[in-house]
Amino acid sequence: MAGVNLLSDQGYRIDGRKPNELRRIQCKLGVFKQADGSAYIEQGNTKVLATVYGPHEIRGSRAKLLLDRVLVNCQYSMATFSTGERKRRPRGDRKSQEMTMHLKQTFDAAIMTNLYPRSQIDIFVEVLQSDGGNYCASVNAATLALIDAGIPMKDFVCACSASFVNDNPIADINYLEESSGGPELIVATLPKSDQIVFLEQNSRLHEDNLSKVIDLAVKSCKDVYTVLDQTVRDHVSELSNSHGWDH
Amino acid sequence: MSSLKFLNLNFGIAESTHPVWDSVGQNMIEIRKATTKVRMLTGTYMVQAGQNMIEIRKVTTKVRMLTGTYMVQADKHKFSQYTIDPTCLLCHREIEDILHVLTQCPVLGSERKEYFTPIKQLVTENSPPGTWELLFNNKLAVTQLVLDCTKYMKQLGFKEELILKKMLTTKTFIKKTKKGSIIKIVREHYLRDDITCGCQSCTICDKNDVKPLESKPVNKSKLCKKSHYLILDTNVVFHQIRHRSAPAYKRVKDFIANPDKHFYTFCNEFNKDTYVERQKGESANDRNDRAIREASLWYKRHLEDHSSEDIDIVLLTNDEDNRTKAKAEGLQSFTVQEYVKSLKDCGSIVDRLSSTGSHMKFGDKIMYPEHLPLSTIQRGIKTGKYLQGSYMASRENYLEANVSVHDQDRMIFVQGHQNLNRAVKDDIVAIELLPEEEWSCPSSMVLEETEEKADEDNMEIEEKQMRKNKVPTGKIVGIIKRNWRQYCGILQPSALKESTRHIFTPADRRIPRIRIETRQAHDLASQRIVVAIDNWPRNSRYPQGHFVRKLGNIGDKDTENEVLLLEHDVPHSKFSEAVLSFLPKMPWSITDEDRKKRRDLRHIDICSVDPPGCTDIDDALHCRELDNGNLEVGVHIADVSHFIRPGNAMDKEAAKRGTTVYLVDNRIDMVPELLSSNLCSLRSNVERFAFSVLWEMTKEAEIVKIDFTKSIILSKASLTYAEAQMRIDDPAMTDNTTKSLRWLNKLAKILKQRRIDNGALTLASSEVRFNIDSETHDPIDVQTKQIRDTNSMVEEFMLLANVATAEKTLREFPNCAMLRRHPAPPPSNFEPLIKAAESKGFKLDVSKGKTFADSIKGAVIPNDPYFNTMLRMMATRCMMQAVYFCSGMLPESEYFHYGLAAPIYTHFTSPIRRYSDIIVHRLLAVCIGADTSYPDLLEKHKSQLLSNNLNYRHKMAQYAGRASVNLHTHIFFKNRAVDEEGYVLFIRKNALQILIPKYGLEGTLYINKEKSGVTFTFNEEENTQSCGDVTLHVFDRVVIQISIDRSNVQHLKLCLKLVKPEISGFSVPPAPKQDIKEESKDEPPKKKIKT
Repeated sequence: MAGVNLLSDQGYRIDGRKPNELRRIQCKLGVFKQADGSAYIEQGNTKVLATVYGPHEIRGSRAKLLLDRVLVNCQYSMATFSTGERKRRPRGDRKSQEMTMHLKQTFDAAIMTNLYPRSQIDIFVEVLQSDGGNYCASVNAATLALIDAGIPMKDFVCACSASFVNDNPIADINYLEESSGGPELIVATLPKSDQIVFLEQNSRLHEDNLSKVIDLAVKSCKDVYTVLDQTVRDHVSELSNSHGWDH
Repeated sequence: MSSLKFLNLNFGIAESTHPVWDSVGQNMIEIRKATTKVRMLTGTYMVQAGQNMIEIRKVTTKVRMLTGTYMVQADKHKFSQYTIDPTCLLCHREIEDILHVLTQCPVLGSERKEYFTPIKQLVTENSPPGTWELLFNNKLAVTQLVLDCTKYMKQLGFKEELILKKMLTTKTFIKKTKKGSIIKIVREHYLRDDITCGCQSCTICDKNDVKPLESKPVNKSKLCKKSHYLILDTNVVFHQIRHRSAPAYKRVKDFIANPDKHFYTFCNEFNKDTYVERQKGESANDRNDRAIREASLWYKRHLEDHSSEDIDIVLLTNDEDNRTKAKAEGLQSFTVQEYVKSLKDCGSIVDRLSSTGSHMKFGDKIMYPEHLPLSTIQRGIKTGKYLQGSYMASRENYLEANVSVHDQDRMIFVQGHQNLNRAVKDDIVAIELLPEEEWSCPSSMVLEETEEKADEDNMEIEEKQMRKNKVPTGKIVGIIKRNWRQYCGILQPSALKESTRHIFTPADRRIPRIRIETRQAHDLASQRIVVAIDNWPRNSRYPQGHFVRKLGNIGDKDTENEVLLLEHDVPHSKFSEAVLSFLPKMPWSITDEDRKKRRDLRHIDICSVDPPGCTDIDDALHCRELDNGNLEVGVHIADVSHFIRPGNAMDKEAAKRGTTVYLVDNRIDMVPELLSSNLCSLRSNVERFAFSVLWEMTKEAEIVKIDFTKSIILSKASLTYAEAQMRIDDPAMTDNTTKSLRWLNKLAKILKQRRIDNGALTLASSEVRFNIDSETHDPIDVQTKQIRDTNSMVEEFMLLANVATAEKTLREFPNCAMLRRHPAPPPSNFEPLIKAAESKGFKLDVSKGKTFADSIKGAVIPNDPYFNTMLRMMATRCMMQAVYFCSGMLPESEYFHYGLAAPIYTHFTSPIRRYSDIIVHRLLAVCIGADTSYPDLLEKHKSQLLSNNLNYRHKMAQYAGRASVNLHTHIFFKNRAVDEEGYVLFIRKNALQILIPKYGLEGTLYINKEKSGVTFTFNEEENTQSCGDVTLHVFDRVVIQISIDRSNVQHLKLCLKLVKPEISGFSVPPAPKQDIKEESKDEPPKKKIKT
């Protein structure tokens, strides 16, 4: 976008953040009772609901059944009111399908799939409001929902995006920064083991700068992790309090 | 149970419901449940409330108040359809309204005490003693304090921190998209508490942050006695300057970044204490002004509370409204003018103030029509009513201009004060076409702006008598963007000695004269000065400006050179320390590491051929026979990119300069001299790094193979063109270098013929001084009489290397190769040329490059050898400028180079003096794996930005070069009058444009009636001027006396007088002969031949 200065000389981004700062994250576990696990997350103005069902028997075509591990079924959709202009199709368009696939790949890698052969886990993700970083918020929400559902995972999966502006890497980019045409790097990591489970890049970025951007994205994932971890701990201690368990 | 944590007072934000209620649905049962839940959560319901009815009521009231759902009985009484008793349910004594609940109801006494004690404590602790008793002696005031304390904030002198402020807000606005639909955009806006004030004397802000603001600022102002900080109107400093002039914006930014200047940028928009929401009905500008005031107030309070020094805040703004409001809020605020004038020893700074807001009085006569507002213009452009274009003032007549319409291949002519409507050269303007019957045509008058106004009036009348060859004419209705810069020039002597208002005459004729105000006119009279335009009101004939700085004495060669460089925006300061630090350390030598990476070509007999006196040798050549009977041809180019690494200060400086500028007596280097004249220069008998292009060719110049490599060479000889020619012609010489030159010469002839057959234009001719560069189409040499074969030999191989590189880099980098294109000129450009040729009976076919080249070749008058040269010179003026571009930005069909008839072309062969070549070198090095790429090299937008700068610098360098020749011609003719042969180039109504080939000089011969008393008759049809029996045509040979008009000491002018043909009363007798040879030392324009 011409004329928009994404990073000011004083080192502030358009919304007042510093390059390495995340947007405000607010999240909550167990927002729905019917589902086995659910979570709601807000990363700035991006708001995502995730629900998890399962593990349960394979639904639909039995052909999808896997003998050695669980089938992870994902569905990503964006509410029609999630964007500035009303969306026509909430799901099933090319972008959503791609996103669905990416989520599936990510959680295939993170869930201990071999514990539940011949069964299925459903992850439904609904973007209620979109302001950049949809994939990241979806992954983070789904992680919380999986934890809420008590499904064993290798680690939290934390995702964060990053970009590169005026020779500076910036973390957790919002819609405006996303759509300015600069590079966009999306990383999902297992923060404890420092493993990258998903990496996607849009637009061009010179390889000399790649490592700087990845480093920042991975570091931001850790920051996301601290927030998610705290939420989970709070949630659990609340539960245990209400049940009168002693620590 | 999870909503337990919400039961905290912090969540009870006024005017919003308690979060507990967020998840509760609409039906009655759920609400009951929620209420119960809340009650249970508070722990008061069962345990403390007991069975006492009043206690239960109290708890209900408490919970409801906490959750924002309580309604006092008094309100219920007003609105409910049922009759409800307004008395309090708790005490049944009084009417239950807010006042009662908060301050009076005795039942709630104990609860009230719980909250009131801390409030009272807070107030007494943070405000002067006695305030509580004074302010809150009645219950109403207390209620007010509880409900909304902001009213008492100032009286209490509360610290801001006490008031809970939001840390996150959203900006919501409606925007129209490109498609035309309207969408709502919501953006987050984070407010921070870690933005420091930047003062050294501040005791609470983070010590580690940068603190550029001195603790004891020096004070020189008479307006404000205390030491103070200035707050500038950032609306102007950042946003408006940025829109108006990018260079000025950059200067401001650099200034602010300089720690010696003690500037601090306080990001008030992101600070939680200074952020202001836009209010309803408030314009964006008003909001910004308010934000600045808010920030100033914050600073004032902040420094009062936390600074160890007594420092005041002064807001400088020229906005009247803003100033008044600021004063009302207790701030000190002045205009920039007021403040600067109040400074001690302000003398020279006052002159530099913009004249806006100062009180210059003019005649009440409105001289110009009003400019339309931008919104109207934009609408007009969309509907096609107005056209957008850049304004190009005429060099010859200050009342005429052309506007080149953007995105269209056309010019619109503008004439007269009213129609020009205060546009200045290079402005982006909106223009409206006049109806066809009002169209006009460029006057044949040469008109300079003088005091006499009679002239123009005459002219305007004459223009009314319309002629046949009208051109589309328009009038300027508005200015879209001003492109004012700073102008060099001189002060015109004022009639009144003591007057402070003066007229400034710019050096560039296309800039109008500027009115400035100065008290130092006496000092400035003999100086070249720099002036900036501030504005141009409707009732002022001249734009108003202010003095910026002086350059030096008029006529001083250094000063004049400085003027020339400034006017052409040539960066010419010395290389900074930072730049020089990237030079290789001397003594420099080639290491084994280097040898491993490069091909060793030292055994080959390589030589360079250049003009005499050339020290920056870019290129060297060789040619040798191979065993298979073919020839190996090598072009070796100085490997500058080895020394200039991307991104460092030296590289940035070179990119900024773009090109080396050759002046007559000076050379402004693009890279420091150590590189340009030593380490990179391919001098003979020293080992040098080169980037080599090696071809295997048959003897018929068919290319078999091509190879690019980085190499080490050892040139055997640095020859001049003449020396090389002698070697070729001398049959006695049979050494390897000579043999190689002979082969090269032979091949070059074949290559040249092939090129001409393809339709390449040769705008050079072999016998006269005007040698025209085949790449840039500019005359580059005014001295050399003889063009030898060797000149064109070197040129041919450079072209070959350039084309080969262009092809190679484009193949590897289709998106980001840096190429050079030369668009075919629009047919209209050729009109004057065709007309001129027709007058001598030749018809030029300009439809295609090839036919044009052929027809111009055929246009020869046997007894006038100079005619063809003049035609070619005029042809050069029809051409478009060749430009650099990034291949990813244009469709392939536009890569074409018209002058060379090559499908693609680039510059590879002169990296010492052109930055484009360095980029091409880097790209090529990546292609062959000799170097690594870097981000900006492969970024097409950045590459295009760079190209634009290079094009601009290139153009300016050419102009500066020409201006320098002109300057030296002036110096040359200072003390003499010379008769010289000249040719008529154009005929105008009141003047002849004469070309003097000997000096490559073009001048105007005025044929005014008043001065000479001789009447010339202008025949527009045939384009002639006649007087008596003498008729002058275009291309006629005349004899001209050249001298310098010294009537105005400040502004020397070249003056031409006619000697032959003799016209009694007009022509002058021949000047006494002088020995010119001796003087010609003065004017040695030894420019390097560009290849």
